Amino acid sequence: MNNLQGKVALITGAARGQGAAEARLFAERGAKVVITDVLDKEGKQIAAEIGDAAHYIHMDVTDENAWAAAVKETVERFGKLNVLINNAGIVQVKAMVDCSVADYMKVIEINQLGVFLGMRTVAGPMKDAGGGSIINISSIDGLIGMTGGAAYCASKFAVRGMTKVAAMELGPDNIRVNSIHPGGVLTPMVTQTGLDESAIESIFGKVPLGRVGQPEEMATLAAYLASDDSSYSTGSEFIADGGLTAGFSLEG
Amino acid sequence: MGALDGKVALITGAARGQGAAEARLFASRGAKVMMCDVLDEEGAQVAADIGDSAAYMRLDVTSEQDWKNVVNATVEKFGKLNVLVNNAGIISPIVEIQDTTLEQYNKVINVNQVGVFLGMREVVEPMKKAGGGSIVNISSIDGLLGMYGATAYCATKFAVRGMTKVAALELGKHGIRVNSLHPGGVKTKILDDTGMTEEQAEDAFKAIPLGRIAKSEEMATLAAYLASDDASYSTGSEFVADGGLTAGFALEG
Repeated sequence: MNNLQGKVALITGAARGQGAAEARLFAERGAKVVITDVLDKEGKQIAAEIGDAAHYIHMDVTDENAWAAAVKETVERFGKLNVLINNAGIVQVKAMVDCSVADYMKVIEINQLGVFLGMRTVAGPMKDAGGGSIINISSIDGLIGMTGGAAYCASKFAVRGMTKVAAMELGPDNIRVNSIHPGGVLTPMVTQTGLDESAIESIFGKVPLGRVGQPEEMATLAAYLASDDSSYSTGSEFIADGGLTAGFSLEG
Repeated sequence: MGALDGKVALITGAARGQGAAEARLFASRGAKVMMCDVLDEEGAQVAADIGDSAAYMRLDVTSEQDWKNVVNATVEKFGKLNVLVNNAGIISPIVEIQDTTLEQYNKVINVNQVGVFLGMREVVEPMKKAGGGSIVNISSIDGLLGMYGATAYCATKFAVRGMTKVAALELGKHGIRVNSLHPGGVKTKILDDTGMTEEQAEDAFKAIPLGRIAKSEEMATLAAYLASDDASYSTGSEFVADGGLTAGFALEG
């Protein structure tokens, strides 16, 4: 399958986890990929493994100037930019009553402001490219609440909302904007909450599909949204959560 | 692309429009396709065009017996059944609720809603035997918001969205995924049945973010994604392809 031929994608938070899986799959399906992250060593390593189709750029998603520079470098290197995956994110599990403004703002800046800056910065080059696809990684926590997720849920609902506004504003330029809502996926971000693998398995093993998702299963959804196969989809939510948000069961 | 290699799909309402586009695309991506409809001549013609990887069989989606027959025939012909696209649907002429007869209402419910219920129920056993599967229920943007003059149609499309979630909860343990697909305006025969001309239909979609009505093929690609293993962690949710119609409202012209 080479359905990403002709796509040049910038993927944030791509040094590991879901972002790295996206970078690998996108390159495999024919795209050129710019990997950005603040984890330089791991990011460079992934880019080197992928080869000529990938390039690593250090970028802090909360930094306006870093965005402008990364987007410029992408266009210079690969000729255009027509896919953006706003994948970088952090999670924080902290009871609301214990959440300081500093705690709160840290999450908002990376997960929410970062997405805003990314969308704003790529609109110009995507218009020049004749259109594009922006994929914002929200979460099931952008659909429902999570205890201890005052900041995280706020940022993920915000991403879902901004996605719709951007879809409306950028549709006339043939730029599609959609959000992806992963459920439980085994990535370093999730294990950093302090939950170990077996705890995560036991929480997400209760979903209808009975298992945790793999980063690759989010990458395939991102690939669909990046491809021309999704040409009539914009402004909506694409969920891959094993059925977690489908409903509740009265039986065990 | 062989993303649908190894898939055997039953597609209802496949004689024309979106269903026919799905049948063609699925076959081109490696699937075997059982095309069902009540329009025998057109259905058989599309199947013949596709060739050996497609077959046509008559199915009235409101008939329990018809469902049993086509499911059996599909497994006999292609060895298994692991994809169902509940695509068949009708729309009534636009009519306000006080003028909607019970007969008009029930006709739409039977085809669009009871048909989907029967289809999901009948494919469970063969899909379990196949080790899992994917059910794609075609709802509509009218399963997400209201449409003036379409009480029966909206009722069915919301019902399909709800049943999709229940089926996802019940069938997940068998590796059967169930999702709904919500097209916006698509150029198909069903749109003509609302009484709109082609020009009116195209005009009606100029104001949405992507500024145009969709082609049937753009729904087929989404159905193909949901049918494929690429969608392996998605079940019980809504997949919208509406050009941004339901994204929100604009304060500017």
